[in-house]
Amino acid sequence: MNSYSLRGLRWFEALSGNATPLEGLPASLKVADVTLGEQNVRLLAVVADPDSRFPRARNGEVGLLEGWGLAKAVDEAIDADRDAPHKRALIAIVDVPSQAYGRREEALGIHQALAGAADSYARARLAGHPVIGLLVGKAMSGAFLAHGYQANRLIALRDPGVMVHAMGKASAARVTLRSVEELEALAASVPPMAYDIDSFASLGLLWETLSVEQIEQPNAADLARVRDCLQQAINEVADAPRDLSSRLGATHRAASSTVRQLLRAQW
Amino acid sequence: MTDSAALLNKHSFVELGARQRAKALLDNGSFRELLDPFQRIMSPWLLRQGVVPQSDDGVVIAKGLLDGLPVVIAAIEGAFQGGSLGEVGGAKIAGALELAAEDNRKGIPTRAVLLLETGGVRLQEANLGLAAIAEIHSAIVDLRQYQPVIGVVAGSVGCFGGMSIAAGLCSYLLVTQEARLGLNGPQVIEQEAGIDEYDSRDRPFIWSLTGGEQRFATGLVDRYVADDVAQIREHVSQLLHLGVPAQHRSGQAEVFLQRLARLDTEVQIEPAAVRQLYQGERP
Repeated sequence: MNSYSLRGLRWFEALSGNATPLEGLPASLKVADVTLGEQNVRLLAVVADPDSRFPRARNGEVGLLEGWGLAKAVDEAIDADRDAPHKRALIAIVDVPSQAYGRREEALGIHQALAGAADSYARARLAGHPVIGLLVGKAMSGAFLAHGYQANRLIALRDPGVMVHAMGKASAARVTLRSVEELEALAASVPPMAYDIDSFASLGLLWETLSVEQIEQPNAADLARVRDCLQQAINEVADAPRDLSSRLGATHRAASSTVRQLLRAQW
Repeated sequence: MTDSAALLNKHSFVELGARQRAKALLDNGSFRELLDPFQRIMSPWLLRQGVVPQSDDGVVIAKGLLDGLPVVIAAIEGAFQGGSLGEVGGAKIAGALELAAEDNRKGIPTRAVLLLETGGVRLQEANLGLAAIAEIHSAIVDLRQYQPVIGVVAGSVGCFGGMSIAAGLCSYLLVTQEARLGLNGPQVIEQEAGIDEYDSRDRPFIWSLTGGEQRFATGLVDRYVADDVAQIREHVSQLLHLGVPAQHRSGQAEVFLQRLARLDTEVQIEPAAVRQLYQGERP
């Protein structure tokens, strides 16, 4: 039994097939170029590196090397496709338990490393690369902001282990001066506080949720479903705005639209 | 001027609230607030959790001129819920930045100044805060193509969580000695990693790693300024006049990866080691 999740790695392996992973990146990053139908895509996953030089980032956390490494891998794709009429899609396979918590991380500016990753993903999207986030495990807080949350479209697999949140339950309870039981009771009635993927979907932030049979080790049917869904997402993005406006509109997120309308009126 | 006269002339920026800070930076008479508190656009999520909402949700959006340049200021009120961002406050900042970028596409050169006093996501609105922060990141990267986005971390809350990533996306950052800038709050690190890794009650230790002076000495911010309204205003103006930098700090992955490769991770890190590793290219 591993103390870290292997989902991201398994889905990367399934989707990349026999493609050779890119070199020159930290060992905790798996990046490969493949084709999906007619479309060139770059797959990017953050995976556990138990031998990392940074001991606080050995279980798949997004730390200094991961943030800057993702930035480098995405920048390379932007540069390579600068003059290409059809830019490759970037698929972020998301299974990230958290950002790295440690003294070295803060001292060396982990916030800046994560900004590097978010910057590159956002620039790629603005440059016309379809950016798709595929959530196969945890998508937590700063780690998700750096890897996945800048995507044009987010797809989540339907599974209790797939969750998006700003902080783990125990820490969130402490910071908000509640017990875990109180937090869970609130989460049941306050959708943005919930940890399950259906509550998250009700906020309008996901483009699609998908059921698979074997999320830990995808079978052929799972792979076919996910590949098909990724292709649909990429096709839809082609003619859509390059911003994140498609995430607005859900009733549980009405205030986000109201605020924007009022700002525009008063601008 | 005598020392005591100089002291009497000094006006603290840190002691000002968000609205006063925005006013203090803008040219006299040019301050115009959007979605002001009288419009009562409040958090739809706090009351049902027994938390008293605030009628501006802790974020002030103001348009005006700074030394004649058109700017929009987004100022976070650190005194309300620790400067945390929920749905409304987050949408105010994201929406303002989106409109500033739209201005530029129409030929209006609106710049942005972010006054950051924030612990990051407001946990009572968890996923909507996180979503708004992703949109703030996106909007900064978009606007930065046309005009500089200036981040100011004055203190005393500091800038943490997802908004420290937003700070890392800014074209330029200005800090005071009182400021702290880091991804994770000290208590959370101590909780996750243990007190030997990070002692959240050791204030000198925390400032030595994440305080304004250290961030300036390691090139992770651009200006280190005294807590004085006139001086902060002067430096923000200078940064606005510099225009868009040739390369943003967040676009320098290769430089940072090379530095990290040189680090000896067998020993625990000291502030001096970061200065040594990161200094060099600084003019």
